[in-house]
Amino acid sequence: MLAALMLAAPVLAPVLAPALADDTMPAAPYAYRQLPDPAQEARAQALMETLRCLVCQSQSIADSDAAIAGDMRSIVRQRIAAGESPEAIRAWLVARYGAYVSYAPTLSGLTWPLFAAPLGLLAAAALLLRRRFGWGIRA
Amino acid sequence: MLAEFALAALWLAAALAALQLLAGVLVLSEKALVLGGIVRPLAVVQGLLALAALLGLIGLFATTDLSVALVAENSHSAKPMLYKIAGTWGNHEGSMLLWVAVMGLAGSFVALVERRLPERTMLATLAGQAFVSLGFYAFLLLASNPFARLTQPPPEGNGLNPLLQDPGLAFHPPTLYLGYVGLSIAFSFAIGALVTREVGPAFARAMRPWVLGAWIFLTLGITAGSYWAYYVLGWGGWWFWDPVENASLMPWLAATALLHSCSVLAARDALRAWTVMLGVVAFSMSMIGTFLVRSGILTSVHAFAVDPLRGKFILALLAINIGGALTLFALRAGSVTEGERFSVTSREGALVFNNVMLTGILGIVLIGTLYPLVTEAVGVRVSVGPPYFNPVTALFALPMMLVMMVGPLLRWRRDAPGRVARAQGWVMALPPVVGVVTAAVFIAHGGIGLLPLIGLSLAPALALASLLPLRGRDLTRLPLPVWGMVVAHFGIAVAMAGMASDSAFSTERLIAAHVGEETRVGPWAVRLAGVAPVAGPNWTAMEARLVVRYDGAGATTLTPQSRTYWAPPQTTGVSALLTRWNGQLYTVMGEEVEGDRWQLRLWWKPFVPLIWLGGALVALGGALALLGRVSADLKRISVRTRMADRRQRQGR
Amino acid sequence: MSGPAEKAPRWTLWLPLALFVGFAALVMIGLVHPASQDVPSQMVGKPLPQFVLPAGVPDRPALTSHDFVDGKPRLLNIFASWCIPCGVEAPVLGALAARGAEIDGIAIRDHPADLAGFLAQHGNPFTRLGADDVSAVQLAIGSSGVPETFVIDGHGIIRYQHIGEIRAEEVPFMLGKLAEAAR
Repeated sequence: MLAALMLAAPVLAPVLAPALADDTMPAAPYAYRQLPDPAQEARAQALMETLRCLVCQSQSIADSDAAIAGDMRSIVRQRIAAGESPEAIRAWLVARYGAYVSYAPTLSGLTWPLFAAPLGLLAAAALLLRRRFGWGIRA
Repeated sequence: MLAEFALAALWLAAALAALQLLAGVLVLSEKALVLGGIVRPLAVVQGLLALAALLGLIGLFATTDLSVALVAENSHSAKPMLYKIAGTWGNHEGSMLLWVAVMGLAGSFVALVERRLPERTMLATLAGQAFVSLGFYAFLLLASNPFARLTQPPPEGNGLNPLLQDPGLAFHPPTLYLGYVGLSIAFSFAIGALVTREVGPAFARAMRPWVLGAWIFLTLGITAGSYWAYYVLGWGGWWFWDPVENASLMPWLAATALLHSCSVLAARDALRAWTVMLGVVAFSMSMIGTFLVRSGILTSVHAFAVDPLRGKFILALLAINIGGALTLFALRAGSVTEGERFSVTSREGALVFNNVMLTGILGIVLIGTLYPLVTEAVGVRVSVGPPYFNPVTALFALPMMLVMMVGPLLRWRRDAPGRVARAQGWVMALPPVVGVVTAAVFIAHGGIGLLPLIGLSLAPALALASLLPLRGRDLTRLPLPVWGMVVAHFGIAVAMAGMASDSAFSTERLIAAHVGEETRVGPWAVRLAGVAPVAGPNWTAMEARLVVRYDGAGATTLTPQSRTYWAPPQTTGVSALLTRWNGQLYTVMGEEVEGDRWQLRLWWKPFVPLIWLGGALVALGGALALLGRVSADLKRISVRTRMADRRQRQGR
Repeated sequence: MSGPAEKAPRWTLWLPLALFVGFAALVMIGLVHPASQDVPSQMVGKPLPQFVLPAGVPDRPALTSHDFVDGKPRLLNIFASWCIPCGVEAPVLGALAARGAEIDGIAIRDHPADLAGFLAQHGNPFTRLGADDVSAVQLAIGSSGVPETFVIDGHGIIRYQHIGEIRAEEVPFMLGKLAEAAR
């Protein structure tokens, strides 16, 4: 989202012009309405910030004006209000759109390097520091 | 005519760059030493020609010369002058021209003023700079000509995206580019030093001001871009770990590491190979970032048809520049010793730790940004976003911040924690105590996530600790670079406080309000007093009049708009912000909904401006350090000149 | 007091280059074989989710998921009157219907008047037509845009997803997919 403006001024334009004409229907009930219970709303908001808007390339559904993002927000809020857990809702969406819809990668046969990377880097750092200081003069 | 002149200037600049490279190589290989004198003048003229080409394009945009394809595609005669000029770099070709112009000028500047290094190293540096520039000239001239004419000029241009019609466009891309491209100087210095094998304190001292300069602009550019996106996109977000944002963050991380390792090399003649490698890596990150953004290879905001030829062209350029530099590094760095040794508890030790952790963050950002490409290669699409980047980068950032609290208090070479504690006395206990107390208060407050909690507690501790190096010093005599360090470290604490406060305490209110209705967001009462149409030079808008009161205090009026531009036809929200010392009220007007109601989005974001204030402080710290370094250099030069004069007079 | 030349092992000096070569190879693959920008539904191979939609137009029956378990494979077209490619696709759907395909439609976020106008202009190939005003069914079957066409077999299992408009030359292909679903 704000990425648009970072350095990429030139590449921004086409995305914002919608590829499709816009519909004229009113937004879904909870697209722009918060849940009355602040705790539930906070849970919904936290979840929406980590779900990808499928038609806007690089925005979460929490910060997109696309109609389908509004519909997804509405579904998320309604399901939270019905007592469903955020992770169950995420799983429901992943079952439909694949891991792409979630900004939170989960550990799998395909994504394990993402989680191994910090460990590997920490190990390399430790090795490097040890080597470096191993030569050092002790105080 | 202007377009043709500018294009000719660009070709000429490219030719001079080729000559500059050739002359440099001939001198270095001792085939034509006589050419040594022309390399610097070539670099200067080359930079001026590139600048002339850029000014030419600006002139074409300012006069809206629609016979130039680029102008017709991206400008419009009804645009305000500021956006006509800024629109020059609001597109691919124009921004690449800005890139080469900055690169040429940076080369000119180095050629004019840098006299500290052995002339051979300088020639190698300028040849390296010419080599890198040449690639970008080729890219511009062969694959992205900004001056192409149309045989049939259209009656009117296509206009500029409304989101870009903002003062931010005039300021942000040039600033960021000065940073990106400024790092090319460090890159060329590294190449020059590798070629002549002269890596030492003099090299670090010569390189440091250039790195500092680029780093200041990068810091400002990222800070400004984040704020621009924050207010212009209308959702109150300021960082999303989007590939394009990461592309700007990666060079900054590398440059920050380089800055600190330069200090070690300059002061203690250690970390030689490492510093040279960072010099190569920093600008490589600029180029890789540009490639990722321009090639359309990552799913980012640039979802439109990107010329695949351009992507391949930049990749080839990358392979030659970065691959070449890293090969040179691998061949030559073996003969560069690591230099002086030091103990774990020493200033160097802390700086090495900082470097390793910054490199770790850089690695995480790079891997997280590229990983979707890896899975796409096997046909699966994944998204990597804040839930990954936030905790994983924190894993490296937190230890780094802790070390940052004590690092500046340590002595070079060898120190002992006991000595620092004795020297500082009870004050040493202050930051940890403040941190623990803050943490306890916020835990008792409840409902704050782990990362914001850590940020909120660490920020005041770090702010205090960053001031400790001032203690017991004569502040009037304190060298400017020390002030710079203190201010920059303090700025990091300030920015962290803003980030943590935003995620911990922001409140949001969405409402479909009818005129006259009042609602509350945080401590604010917001009343929709009216909605009226307004018009600008190239837009019309519905404007909401919001009467807002903070905690019962006097009323202020905010006027967010929903604007409709006609060239190109597009609707965009224009947010209205109200800043107090303790935060920002953020208001956005949405669509009209059934029953004469208007969608309003309201946020109260306590202390959120600290994010950008912190960023500005970091840049200010850099500026102070740069000022100190440059004035010290100037003093040294004038002393040397005076001594030389005296010697001459005495006939020695 | 400088110490002896302490060097890192040689191979570590090649590490940055090796990492860069890896990067270049990765993006080269990405450039040569650009990944599809489509978001395929993961529901292919699974039963159609339960739903009940009201009728989109008065002259066609409403649509529920039960309509799909009558033993006959059919196409489920997701479209909208405000979507320009859908207008391009409409005659192709007509051709498919003329060649015996049974097509049910779901109109996404559409005003009844707009929808009626669209069908009057482009023809109405749909056996049944449901109106999905909040994209509920669209989200439930993992569709991310319009138009999309799903092949549903006689047991209500989703067998195939076609993203984007069906082109005239793709009619035999879609009929083949329907025949496959009948087996």
